[in-house]
Amino acid sequence: MDKPVVIVVGAGPAGTRAAQTLAQAGLRPVVLDENRLQGGQIYRRQPENFSRPASKLYGASARSATALHTAFEALLPHIDYRPETLAWGISSNQLLTEHHQHVETLPFDAMIIAAGATDRIMPCPGWTLPGVFTLGGAQIALKAQACTIGAAPIFMGTGPLLYLVAWQYLRAGVKPRAVLDTSSFKTRMKGLSGLRHRPAILAQGIRYMADLLRTGVPLHAGITPVRVEKQENDTDLRVRGVTWRTARGQLRHTEGDAVGIGYGLRSETQLADLLKCDFAFDALSRQWLPVTDEDGATSQKGIYLAGDGAGIRGADAAESAGELAALRCLADLGRPVAQKEVECLRDALKPMNAFRHGLETGFPWPWKNAADLPDETVICRCENVTAGDIRRAAGPLDAPEVNRAKAFVRVGMGRCQGRMCGLAGTEILAAARNIPIEEAGRIRSAAPVKPLPAKIRGIMT
Amino acid sequence: MSQPVTPTTARADVIIVGGGLMGAATAFFSRQRGLSVILLERDLVGQYASGTNFGNVRRQGRFLPQLPLANRSRVIWGRLPELIGEDVEFLPSGHVRVAFKQQDSARLEQYAQDCKPYGLELELYSGRKAVERFPMLSPDVDCASFSPLDGHANPRLAAPAFGRAARRAGATVLEGAEVTNITRTSEDFVVETAKSQRFTAPLLQISSGAWAQKMAAAFGENLPFTPKAPQMGVTEPVPYRIQPVIGYASWVEEEGVYLRQVKRGNIIFGGGQRGTVDLVAKRARLDPLNTVRQMPHLERILPDFARLRVIRTWAGIEGYTEDDLPVMGPSARIPGLYYAFGFCGHGFQLGPGVGATMADLLATGQTEIPLAPFSIARFAQPSAQ
Repeated sequence: MDKPVVIVVGAGPAGTRAAQTLAQAGLRPVVLDENRLQGGQIYRRQPENFSRPASKLYGASARSATALHTAFEALLPHIDYRPETLAWGISSNQLLTEHHQHVETLPFDAMIIAAGATDRIMPCPGWTLPGVFTLGGAQIALKAQACTIGAAPIFMGTGPLLYLVAWQYLRAGVKPRAVLDTSSFKTRMKGLSGLRHRPAILAQGIRYMADLLRTGVPLHAGITPVRVEKQENDTDLRVRGVTWRTARGQLRHTEGDAVGIGYGLRSETQLADLLKCDFAFDALSRQWLPVTDEDGATSQKGIYLAGDGAGIRGADAAESAGELAALRCLADLGRPVAQKEVECLRDALKPMNAFRHGLETGFPWPWKNAADLPDETVICRCENVTAGDIRRAAGPLDAPEVNRAKAFVRVGMGRCQGRMCGLAGTEILAAARNIPIEEAGRIRSAAPVKPLPAKIRGIMT
Repeated sequence: MSQPVTPTTARADVIIVGGGLMGAATAFFSRQRGLSVILLERDLVGQYASGTNFGNVRRQGRFLPQLPLANRSRVIWGRLPELIGEDVEFLPSGHVRVAFKQQDSARLEQYAQDCKPYGLELELYSGRKAVERFPMLSPDVDCASFSPLDGHANPRLAAPAFGRAARRAGATVLEGAEVTNITRTSEDFVVETAKSQRFTAPLLQISSGAWAQKMAAAFGENLPFTPKAPQMGVTEPVPYRIQPVIGYASWVEEEGVYLRQVKRGNIIFGGGQRGTVDLVAKRARLDPLNTVRQMPHLERILPDFARLRVIRTWAGIEGYTEDDLPVMGPSARIPGLYYAFGFCGHGFQLGPGVGATMADLLATGQTEIPLAPFSIARFAQPSAQ
């Protein structure tokens, strides 16, 4: 039998370790990477002519980052690596890719999807102003390009990334004006029992907070965003600051020239959806996720998920999950696999699951805020759909779930296909109809997963 | 759209099975004629072909004997916001068919002559004049046929708007009402649903699109019928510049693409090869390779198309007959039974006219619109009679 073709989508921690495991077993996996350089988002590399050391780029994770980069360099002769390549559709048993306007069809025997995650967004009035970024975007600007989003940034949201990015900015010489966290101290304590399964990470987080406090960065907990303010001059749309409420309900204003917003991460699941994998509602993160077993096998034969694309567990877990999914894939392809190794990885992932539980409990997505957003708040920025539009779909137009609302008022219909607004839009719909969030559904995925150039060459079969 | 109280049993003058545009419009116009109406929709009103089609409000190029129906429909499209109280984004911005080959141009010229007696006036532009009149077109266009009063509308809004209007007018519109059994007593049709609801009426209309064949067959009126999935897509928004709908007049299936720009700026496109359908799973199988195949033909019509990016694609579930014409009118076998289905991918424009015409039939047994070419009798097998 010819060597089976295994495609790995993504070249972050999960994709890299999956590819490595497959290559070690004698296969030559195809590795598709949307980025120009391997590393994923967390270990994103700087351009070749930049020279900051790893310790500066990745801080406490420098060793992991360097190890992953090095492992990948060694892997290059043994894999079919395709950078700047978008996996955008499925046609029968072929994956469709696009690279510099060239479309290719890749037949495959198995696929490991390690597509990662994006920031999870809860809109607030003003969040579409120039100068507002996601936390991930703010971090990438710094990591990849050594740029900051502003000279006096405010970071708002919740989750570990909130403190990490603020700390990275501080270290880069840009002192944040404030860190505004929607999770209260009390809520965070509830997450502690899960978070302490990874004491080193927990200690890191506490250190970031301590460093921020010591340098006089105000950290506020249990806040409610009111709005991102723009300059009073009508022609200047840039950010002027953030108005928010304290945990006790007092109105406050913090001046700043840029805002980074993020409420944890959400998994990228479109490819799994296009491959018709079963999804189930995950009450912990209040979103629909592809169903996998502990090794990452989905309901579809030969399709595996690894890394944050299967549920947010972070980079270390992603490395183990990538390896485990690859071993499972090899076993399913009839290749010999050391059971001990499998057990070892499964064991390594157990505390990661507890940690994930701690994160979602300690830094929860503030879904209740959706119900109180003013009608004029833009939710879907691609299509300029407001909270009021979604409520009109929910009420007078009687859309029972989010795809119907999409048909009526265009929420989630634009460039990002609801990847940014889908969760908040669904919360607004559920609140307006007074139904449980799982009954409000999830936006169905469609090709192309991301915008596809109309000028395409290559196959014309 | 489910009503607060779901009747478990009810009687009306007419039961309409299928809440696509045809069923919803028939419900609305039947109420206008004073009939009591129960509309049963298995899922959501306008969810399948009616909500996923291209949105063409096009008369030119149609089968000529269908033009009286299309003309009637066009008049209703023009009255829509007042008539149903909701805007469905109808833009009477014209429709252009372009030909690149002389033999195709000759067909456009012939059609422009032939449709005149039906009251459809087209403008023809040849060679350079086509690009002068429509500067967005490729300079290679050999002939452009312009129908100034045609246009386009938003299919996602049209059928649900008719459904709501029908309800406001007093129709019982039930969503999530899957019909499982239809029987006929001496005076009534008895329609049962999966939720054990039971409805009766002396008149029954079947307008369940791609799923209608089975229901017609149950009444002894089977026909060759193929569900297909036309494929659509949409680009990112760009400034609104292209008013008319533009279609590629070719008799090669793969070349037959079309596009329209909505005021929001996105360009919606469709055409070419159709995908397959799973009627049981109620899913159209969208093949992204068909999207790739559409691109060069779209660029051939509109060179600037190549500078855009496609952000989304979708497919619908449509029913096709063997002669590419719908089944519309009374049953040839069962008194009181009416059909309006199988519109072969060109039903959207006809929808309002179909509703008004079917309401004529349901209320009076006759209509001024000639429907003979669409009778289900044309499929009758002599042996089955």
